Amino acid sequence: MSKLSIITKGIIKDNPTFILVLGMCPTLGTTTSAINGMGMGLATTFVLILSNVFISLLAGLIPDKVRIPAYIVIIASFVTVLELVMQAYVPALYSALGLFIPLIVVNCIILGRAEAFANKNTPLDSALDGIGIGLGFTMALTLIGMVRELLGNLSFFGMKIADGDGILAFVLAPGAFIVLGYLMVIFRKLTNKKA
Amino acid sequence: MEYLIIIISAVFVNNIVLSQFLGICPFLGVSNKVGTATGMSAAVVFVITLSTLVTYLIDHYVLVSLDITFMRTIVFILVIAALVQMVEIILKKISPSLYQALGIFLPLITTNCTVLGVAISVVTKEFTFGGEAHMLNLGETVVYAASSALGFGVAMILFAGIREQLELVSVPKAFKGTPIALITAGILAMAFMGFSGLV
Repeated sequence: MSKLSIITKGIIKDNPTFILVLGMCPTLGTTTSAINGMGMGLATTFVLILSNVFISLLAGLIPDKVRIPAYIVIIASFVTVLELVMQAYVPALYSALGLFIPLIVVNCIILGRAEAFANKNTPLDSALDGIGIGLGFTMALTLIGMVRELLGNLSFFGMKIADGDGILAFVLAPGAFIVLGYLMVIFRKLTNKKA
Repeated sequence: MEYLIIIISAVFVNNIVLSQFLGICPFLGVSNKVGTATGMSAAVVFVITLSTLVTYLIDHYVLVSLDITFMRTIVFILVIAALVQMVEIILKKISPSLYQALGIFLPLITTNCTVLGVAISVVTKEFTFGGEAHMLNLGETVVYAASSALGFGVAMILFAGIREQLELVSVPKAFKGTPIALITAGILAMAFMGFSGLV
C-alpha cells in the first residue's frame, strides 16, 4: 500500500463517521458549531496519531493478553497531556467541549485503530493512518457542525450570514441525530452509486 | 423530595442518551431487539452505580487529598476496567444465571462512555436540582448515577421497540440501517425535549 493511499482511505473509504459509524458520542455532542466540531476533530486526531505511533513502537513488548489495558493506559496518558495543553492554551474551546475531552479515552476509533492497524504496522505507517483517519473524522465533524450552525443559527463559522433566528432544534439534541442521518445518506449516495 | 427531583431530572429531562449524547454506540449498536436492550440496560445500571460510587470515593479520599486531580482520567478508566472484570468474575461464581443474562454485555461496558462520563461529571460539575448549584454529596451521587443509568435504559428499550417495528417497514436503500435509526432517534429526542422545564 502506498503512503498516500493510507492517508486517503481514512478520509473516504474508511471514513470513521459516515462509513464505519464509530465515535458517535463526540460526533453528536460537540457539533453545535463548525468551530467546536473542528476543535473536537483536531483534539481526537492529536491523540490518535500519538497513540498509534506509540502502540506500534511498543507492539513487540506488550504481552498479547494484557494488550487492551495497556493500550487504554497509553491512550489515557495522551488524553491527559491534551487536557493540560488545552486548558493552558485554548481555555474557551476546552470549556465548550467539556466532558467530551476526557471521553476521548473511550472513543472506539482510537482503540479500534490500535487494534486493527497500529499493532501490526510500522510507526511511520501508523502515524499516516492516524493522520488519515483523524482528518476524515475532523472533516466529518466540521461538516456536521457547519450544517447545524447554518440551519440553527444562520451563521457560518461564527459569522452571521442572514438576519433573524434559525431553526433552534438543529442546535439542540434532535438536530444532531437528524443532520447526521441525512449526511450519512448523502455520503453513501456519493461513494456508492448503487445504493 | 430532592432525590425525587434528581431521579426525574436524570431519567427524563436531561436524559443521558438523548440530550447529553453519552452511550450512543450501544444505543445504536445493541438496540435491535427489546430483550437484548433490556439485558444491556440492566448491566449498565449495575456497573454505573457501582463504579461511580467507587470513583467518587477514590476522588475524594485519594486524588483530592493528594492534589493530583489531573490524574482523574487515567485513574477512573483503570478503576472502571478493573471493576467490570471483577464484576464479571464474581457474577460467574455467585450467580451463573445472572451471568448468563448479563455476561456478554459486561466486556462492552468498559468502553461505554456513559460510565466514564457519569463518573467524571459528578466530581467536576456543579448541579442544580431545585435549589442552588452545588457539588453532589455521596447520597446524591449514588442516586444521580443510578437514575442516569436508568435513563439510558428507558431510552434504549423505547428505541429497541421502535426499531423492531422499523424492521418491517420498507425504507429507501440508502437509508437502511444506521441513517434511518439516527433520524428515528432524532424524533425520539424531540419527544424527550417536551420534558424540559419540568424540573
